[in-house]
Amino acid sequence: MEFYQRDRTLQPAGYTPIYKTSVARSPRQSLMSLQGSLSEITGPVFGQNELGPLDNDLIRNYAKDGDPIGERIFVHGRVLDENNRPVPNTLVEFWQANAGGRYRHKKDTYLAPIDPNFGGCGRALTDENGYYFFRTIKPGPYPWRNYVNSWRPAHIHFSVFGSGFAQRLITQMYFEGDPLIKECPIVHVIPDEDAINRLIAPIDLKGSVPLDTIAYKFDIVLRGRRSTLFENRLEGN
Amino acid sequence: MVQSLDYLKETASQTAGPYVHIGLIPSQAGFDIFENNFTNVLADENTRGERIIIEGRVIDGTGTPLRDALLEIWQANADGRYNHQLDRQKSGKVDEGFRGWGRTGTDFDTAVYRFETIKPGVVSGRNGKDMAPHINFWIVARGINIGLNTRMYFADEQEANAADPVLNLIEQKTRRKTLIADRDDSGSIPVYRFDIILQGDGETVFFDI
Ligand SMILES: [Fe+2]
Repeated sequence: MEFYQRDRTLQPAGYTPIYKTSVARSPRQSLMSLQGSLSEITGPVFGQNELGPLDNDLIRNYAKDGDPIGERIFVHGRVLDENNRPVPNTLVEFWQANAGGRYRHKKDTYLAPIDPNFGGCGRALTDENGYYFFRTIKPGPYPWRNYVNSWRPAHIHFSVFGSGFAQRLITQMYFEGDPLIKECPIVHVIPDEDAINRLIAPIDLKGSVPLDTIAYKFDIVLRGRRSTLFENRLEGN
Repeated sequence: MVQSLDYLKETASQTAGPYVHIGLIPSQAGFDIFENNFTNVLADENTRGERIIIEGRVIDGTGTPLRDALLEIWQANADGRYNHQLDRQKSGKVDEGFRGWGRTGTDFDTAVYRFETIKPGVVSGRNGKDMAPHINFWIVARGINIGLNTRMYFADEQEANAADPVLNLIEQKTRRKTLIADRDDSGSIPVYRFDIILQGDGETVFFDI
């Protein structure tokens, strides 16, 4: 039940000079390839009882005296594995800037204002079909220090667990039609054009609530497990 | 033409960015939002095993410690059992209250991270070879495009470490010690110090798992 080898041609390298911070924070030695043992094929399990009722509603989970400013959106999709099977009961966490591109974070000093009614984070557990959803407002783009005039496209950060620690993944979701995507060094550390496109969520009119909230659909694929009949034994006893 | 293989492709990783705390440890970002938060404390009063603290820094290629890194650990319990259905080892038993997972950020001022947990037991490795007690680490941060995986071993397990099938895979013997944490018994609870060197002299061995 080990995982397929990670396809590194679809993943960013550590050292990517267009994203300047990566230069000093990337290993110079090769990663050491390790066949999965119990320590990699297992991983933490989370329960619905650990989450609160508003954890997947970013419009309400930090609201003080009204709704946050911004376009009301749903984000929904499935967590699947490379075998095209759903990943059920797995923890998905998400965080984002507010509609003005400002994060509720001590270290964010961008001049766009904090929204008093917006925290900017949430989480959900996938159901038995791997499905998750949350409600939020569409984040704004923001400037960052890479080149002097670098802007992040609007994005939502995602963290996903899967069922084994080797599936652990952090990524970012982008929005269909955003002209900043093609300019962004962080997007372009990914060496494969199709892999970039898979991070861009399309507008999903069928998933939208008329006169209320527009939907974007975002599926996430984690590594798959080998299931051949003649299995190497991972345990000795 | 041949039939197509209908595997899906893994989603590409992106950096966790400088504001990872908002999503994963909001208290460090400076606000309180969830009722239940995930923390750096893995063991409660019912957990079996020796209480330990793990402390260290994550250091970049210029020798500067990262103040915005996020670390997660995954480990077996004192019997060497993982709290997961795929652990079918026959020896030992699972500790129901011990998930075996924790997360924390390096401190904005001191750059130090810290976990409070128990020392794990020996886990059966591939082909029946025992693995010395160890803890799996996963490190993300601004500037790290894809999470880095490594393992921490225990300096006081010399014999088990010498026989460990993973440490022995590391060709350059001098690099094996980058995975071994020293033990400090001067306080009431033993502290293991484990610095992670991202680049350059003493670079930690990272695994493609
Ligand atoms: Fe961001």
